[in-house]
Parts: sequence; C-alpha cells; structure tokens
Amino acid sequence: MSSEREQPILRVHDIDVVYGEAIHVLRGVSLEVPTGAIVAMLGANGAGKTTLLRACSGLLGVQQGSVTSGMILLDGVRIERAKPASVVRRGLAQVMEGRRIFGELTVEENLRAGAFTRRDRSGIRSTYEHVLELFPVLGERRRSQAGYLSGGEQQMLAIARALMAAPRLLLLDEPSLGLAPMIVEKIRDIIAAINRTGTSVLLVEQNASMALSIAHHAYVLETGRVVREGPGPELLDDPEIRRLYLGASEGPRHSFTTLAPTSRVRPWMP
Amino acid sequence: MTKFLELCFAGVALGAQYALVALGYVVIYRATSVINFAQGGFVMIGAYLAYNFHQTWGLPFYLAVVLAMIGGAMVGALVEALILRRLVGRPAFVIIMVTIGILILIEQLVPVVWGQDPLALGDPWGVRSIKLGDIALAVADFWTLGIVAVVLIVFFLYFKYSRMGVAMRATASDQEAALAQGIGAGLVIGVSWAIAGAVAALAGVTLAGGGGGVRLDIELVALAALPAIILGGLDSPGGAVVGGLVIGLSQSLASGYQPEYAPWLGSGFDLALPYIIMVIVLLVRPYGLFGQREVRRV
Repeated sequence: MSSEREQPILRVHDIDVVYGEAIHVLRGVSLEVPTGAIVAMLGANGAGKTTLLRACSGLLGVQQGSVTSGMILLDGVRIERAKPASVVRRGLAQVMEGRRIFGELTVEENLRAGAFTRRDRSGIRSTYEHVLELFPVLGERRRSQAGYLSGGEQQMLAIARALMAAPRLLLLDEPSLGLAPMIVEKIRDIIAAINRTGTSVLLVEQNASMALSIAHHAYVLETGRVVREGPGPELLDDPEIRRLYLGASEGPRHSFTTLAPTSRVRPWMP
Repeated sequence: MTKFLELCFAGVALGAQYALVALGYVVIYRATSVINFAQGGFVMIGAYLAYNFHQTWGLPFYLAVVLAMIGGAMVGALVEALILRRLVGRPAFVIIMVTIGILILIEQLVPVVWGQDPLALGDPWGVRSIKLGDIALAVADFWTLGIVAVVLIVFFLYFKYSRMGVAMRATASDQEAALAQGIGAGLVIGVSWAIAGAVAALAGVTLAGGGGGVRLDIELVALAALPAIILGGLDSPGGAVVGGLVIGLSQSLASGYQPEYAPWLGSGFDLALPYIIMVIVLLVRPYGLFGQREVRRV
C-alpha cells in the first residue's frame, strides 16, 4: 500500500459498543471505507452488523447503546458521539434494515423528508431529478402512498430517500432482505450505479454473493469481531467463505469461531 | 325551523372552538403518543393573555389576538423544552401525569396574576346579533367561524406542504427512520407543542369573546373537547375538526330541544351528551371515525 493514499471517507478504529451498559456487542472493530469504494460487511444474524452501522449514523442512542471506546472518523472528523442530524449534514446517509419508509406519506413526501437537512432548493431539485432518473418507477408513482408500493419499490424508495440528502457515503443495511432474486439483482446494479457517480458505499449483507460481486473490499463480522477481510473477488473465491456464506457447504455447519479457536469469544461475559 | 337553524349555527361555532382544542391534542399525540391534559391550561392562558394585551395594555383587539396566539405558542414550547423534554423515553403514563400536574400549576398561577373574578375581554363582537330573515345569529359566532376557518386552512396547508409539516408526519409515521433522515424528534415535538399552544390560545379568545368573559372555568372546554378527539381518532387532525363539529352541534341541539321534548333527562343533559356519543362511537369504531387502525406487517 502506498503511503500517500487518500484519506478514507470512513475510518472505524477499534470501537466497542455496549447496549444498556450490559450487552457488549462490538469488540475492537476496525474498518475503512476508501473514498469512492464499495465495501461489504458480511456476517450472520446477531454478528453486530446493524450495530456497526448505527454507531456510524448516530442511531445507537435510540436503543440505549453507546460507543464505549475507539473512534469513528468521517472525513477525518470524529462522529461517534454526533447526533444523527449532524452526521447526515456531514454527508453520511443510512438506509435502514427493513426499508422503514414512511408508509402514510406519498413517495414524493418520503423523498422530501430525506432532504430535510438541506436548505438549498435548487440543489434539492436537481438531486430529486437525478434520483427519479435512477428510479423511474418512483417518478411514475410519486403521488401514491408509499405503504402501497411493492417490497422492491419500497426498497428503492428507501435508497432514493437516503440519496436525497446528497450523501458522499451511503450505508446500506441488508437491502436485499426479503426481495425476489430478480429485484435483488436490480438493487445491486443500482448500488453499483450510485457508486459510479462518486458516492462511497458501505454495504451490510447476508446475501454474500450479491455483496461480493460488487464490493471492492469486504469484511466478515462474527459475534462482534472482524474475523476476516480482503478484496471482494478474493473473498468470493475463498473456499471458507463459500462454505460459510455462499451456501456451498456440505456436512455439518461451521463458523469461523469453531474453525479458529483462538478467536473464540464468549459474547455474554465481560 | 328558525330555532333549528339558529341552534345549528351556534353549534357549528361552538364546534369550531372544540375543533381548535382537539387539534392541539392531536398534534401533540401524533408527535409523542401522549394526551396533553394541560391543553385546558393553554386555553386559559390564551384568554387571559388576550385580555392583558387588549384591556390592560390597550393594544388593538385583533393584534392582541395574534399576540395571545404567539404567547400560547411560546408557553407550549417552553413547557416542552423545560419539562417534557426531560421525560423522553419514560412511559406514557408518567408523561400524562406530568401534564396533569402542569394543568394544576397553570390553574393556580393564573388567578395569582389576574385575580379570581371574571373579566371582560373587550372584544368588538359583544353580545350583538344580526338578523337573517327571522334567524338571529350572534356576531361573535360569525367571527369565531371565520377566524377558526382561516387558522385551520393555514394549519392544514402547513401540515401538508411545508418542510416542517412533512417532517412532523414522517416522525409520526416512524420516529427512528425520521431520525435517520436527520429529522430530530426534539424539534418536531417542540413545534407540535407550540402549535398546540397557539390553537388553544385562539380557542380561549373565542370562548371569552361574545359575552363569555375571561373566566377561570374557561379551561373546562378542553375536557369537553376530549370526546371530539376520541370520536375523530387520536391521530387524525381532520378527525379532530369533524369530531369537534359533531360535539358542538349535538350539544347545541340538545340544549335547545331536550328540555322541551325530553325533560325527564334532567337539566345539563347537553353537557353529558358528548360523552354518550363518544361511548357509542367507540363501541362501533374503537379507533374513532378517522383513526388509523394499527396494522403491523410481519
């Protein structure tokens, strides 16, 4: 690696996250999202992926969680204690797991809500047009109540809503969850397209083949620790990864914890 | 027929006042899922502030009304910022008890400042009425209807189209997802309390006008407006207005006809009628006429 490489847009350095002063969810997690890259974060349910995203976007407080040590840098500025609004203003937007669109609002109103932190009317206008180019279906249905959209359309709306903040870094939490394979492919292409316009992406997924097919770099999270990292294509070819996350497994189920006893953790003990 | 039309008109005017108070309840309920029992206190403060601006300080009446609304908004926002904000995350029950405490506080403070006796608001409407053919309509009711209509239209446009209005509805829909868009719940809740304070203050002014007088028991209207929100649905601003009108109309008609046609129901039946309607509606439609049935998709 060259020493004069650009500062990463997101640097998570050795963070611990604890919920309710009792449940230790992340332990010494570090990762980087280089500017302009797509970085994937893989891991099973309960590994701490969503918690990691919440720590970055300032949403831990809602669940009585906090970053107890380490730091998170967005463009070199510490944000691990920042409020969600200021994180959004600094250029980080999150697409939450389960879409979480505003069902009673129209598609258009959902998009306006996404631009809440911005005040430049003309800028919002041009982002709006750009977003509708990316998601023509949302333009067709902009006056419909968002709750009546299909699952795939709702996921697109959730992504579009986040884009309305004109983020430089987009966090995506399981965008493929519960969607048909064809829609998943479409979402993947859209993520790649968003990335080509210069937006960096941190993509959390259980659908490893989807994530690794577009990621420049990937991390594997297990019970609150990073257990593996590498370039996307390399992990995609890795037999362990294939066995554990791509469903190519035969015989009993394994996990990194059982494969590598040294990294075994007891997550419920201090 | 004359009597019927007169009663209807007076009922709609009364209903408009209920609608204002009910709207205040709904706005706060949508933002916080709590019924603000201090709403009656805000009504009271609005009436007394208007009296103070107009009669004590000699400002023009309509300017005094606007200032009373601004004052009501400030009281609402202040109560939220100083007291309610510290209770975020507590059970709804705790917060409701605190709003009752705030009501009691306001009830005690107002007579300290303005005394126990009823005061004249000094509104230009008075107890005059105008004749439309045989029908006598109170001037104050005309003004009440006009002002309330304008305020409601402004409110609904704001709620539907403004940046803050969209944010308020987004927060009501999914508070955490709204937070992820950078819509701070604190801001939305503060604005909601300010709006509730302003509309309650206006309700107070219209109640005190038309010969009603600035009185300590003016706050009781807030209690009578409760059936209106239950009727309309706790989370529906449109329902609050419809509920308010239904309650106002039925009260007015009952007070006009019940002593004549059903004297066996006793006196004061019109005051109980809103609650009777409320119970009947709840039996048929537990979420109110316009309330969102809570749907959870799994």
